[in-house]
Amino acid sequence: MTQVKMTVNGKAASGDVEGRTLLAQFLRDSQGLTGTHVGCDTSQCGACVVHVDGKAVKACTMLALEADGAEVSTIEGQANADGSLNVIQQAFQDHHGLQCGFCTPGMVMSAAALLKDNPKPTETEVRDYLEGNICRCTGYHNIVKAILAASGQDVSAIAAE
Amino acid sequence: MYNFDFVKPATVDEAVKALADDEAQALGGGQTLIPTLKQRLASPSKLVSLTGIAEMKGVSKQGDAVVIGGGTTHRTVAEEAASAYPGLADLASRIGDPAVRNRGTIGGSLANNDPSACYPAAALGSGATIVTNSREIAADDYFQGMFTTALEEGEIITEVRFPIPQKSAYAKIAQPASRFPLVAVFVAQYGDGVRVAVTGASNNGVFRWSEAEAALSGNFAADALDGLTVASDDMIGDLHGTAAYRSHLVGVMAKRAVAAAS
Ligand SMILES: Cc1cc2nc3c(=O)[nH]c(=O)nc-3n(C[C@H](O)[C@H](O)[C@H](O)COP(=O)(O)OP(=O)(O)OC[C@H]3O[C@@H](n4cnc5c(N)ncnc54)[C@H](O)[C@@H]3O)c2cc1C
Ligand code: FES
Ligand code: FES
Repeated sequence: MTQVKMTVNGKAASGDVEGRTLLAQFLRDSQGLTGTHVGCDTSQCGACVVHVDGKAVKACTMLALEADGAEVSTIEGQANADGSLNVIQQAFQDHHGLQCGFCTPGMVMSAAALLKDNPKPTETEVRDYLEGNICRCTGYHNIVKAILAASGQDVSAIAAE
Repeated sequence: MYNFDFVKPATVDEAVKALADDEAQALGGGQTLIPTLKQRLASPSKLVSLTGIAEMKGVSKQGDAVVIGGGTTHRTVAEEAASAYPGLADLASRIGDPAVRNRGTIGGSLANNDPSACYPAAALGSGATIVTNSREIAADDYFQGMFTTALEEGEIITEVRFPIPQKSAYAKIAQPASRFPLVAVFVAQYGDGVRVAVTGASNNGVFRWSEAEAALSGNFAADALDGLTVASDDMIGDLHGTAAYRSHLVGVMAKRAVAAAS
């Protein structure tokens, strides 16, 4: 076992891990942050997306030891300081951007990464960016709509409410 | 996944030493290797991470070539090679999805030489030079069949040099589930001729389509390819497409690449 230390959602986090421990396992099992979901465990679905040093990565496809010293943010760190939903989360609620909610943490983290780089994406850009996020409830229209709404764009003309 | 020791050296020299151990394997972005380890298709006793080696990262223009560190992510290539070599940057920007591009590296892609990977097409289609810790290998000698390359055990790709073409483009039909190319073609026009490299199609991995190169070197236009076909004998046939379909797509993708080249 080796000790790994990182900052998770602004707080110091550490634990003993094996070489093979995945970042997703460290977050869920060692830190109790079970909002990062493991959907496929084969790098395909994006339910496990977190940010490492500001970049979206699949936490099931990165070793915990690779994140040693990194700044990690997960879905648990997304809400506003007063505990209210942040603008992306609120938009998912307002526009029914989730059904069972399993893919939602990854969708919200991918959306946050997109809007940081591209604050006013087009619908096509949102769909392209979500290429690695799979929703098995297939609620893509409202997910895309929620992200466009979170970017401050008018979504009244977009179908599917 | 079986357990392994993990080391993260800061220099190429240290990494080469750590890899001298028979049971050790290099870890790039892990976007291919970690899934492989999970399936227990590889069981190294030690992983040597290359992600902490600063000298292996970055994109620079050196004379008439773009030089990319072997540990550079697809995202960085997409962003930083865009002005010097737009065809290459565009290829990098369409690998997998954003999270894969934030971790996956050019060295890992070329070392793996998946028969459907994108970078092998750019490297072969540009006549790139693969630079390792011990030598320089011309792309024409580097690719040796699917998942097979000229790399020796423990050899590390430290950088890749791409001569900059006058015009280039990459045309890719993505297999929608995996996002790898079903078939993709990279076309590059140089002063001394045109190179055409095909990925996703052949059982032997990436290859140059010499008839198309000859036709395009005479006339760089999509209709110069009219009537040219590739034999389907060696093409991959699987649940995503038959060999005949893939050989047809080679012609279609090559024409699209020529039409899009800039
Ligand atoms: C969902 C998904 C979609 C993808 N879509 C595409 C796609 O559309 N097109 C495409 O081309 N690829 C695609 N990939 C693969 C991706 O590009 C990988 O990043 C790449 O193939 C491997 O790079 P890596 O840095 O992750 O290498 P790793 O997975 O870390 O390593 C792969 C192999 O290369 C060796 N290696 C790593 N770095 C070096 C080096 N510098 N020198 C020598 N050997 C090295 C390792 O030992 C290992 O054998 C996809 C992957 C996923 C998960
Ligand atoms: S759980 Fe990581 S990509 Fe599906
Ligand atoms: S809401 Fe159920 S998987 Fe997306």
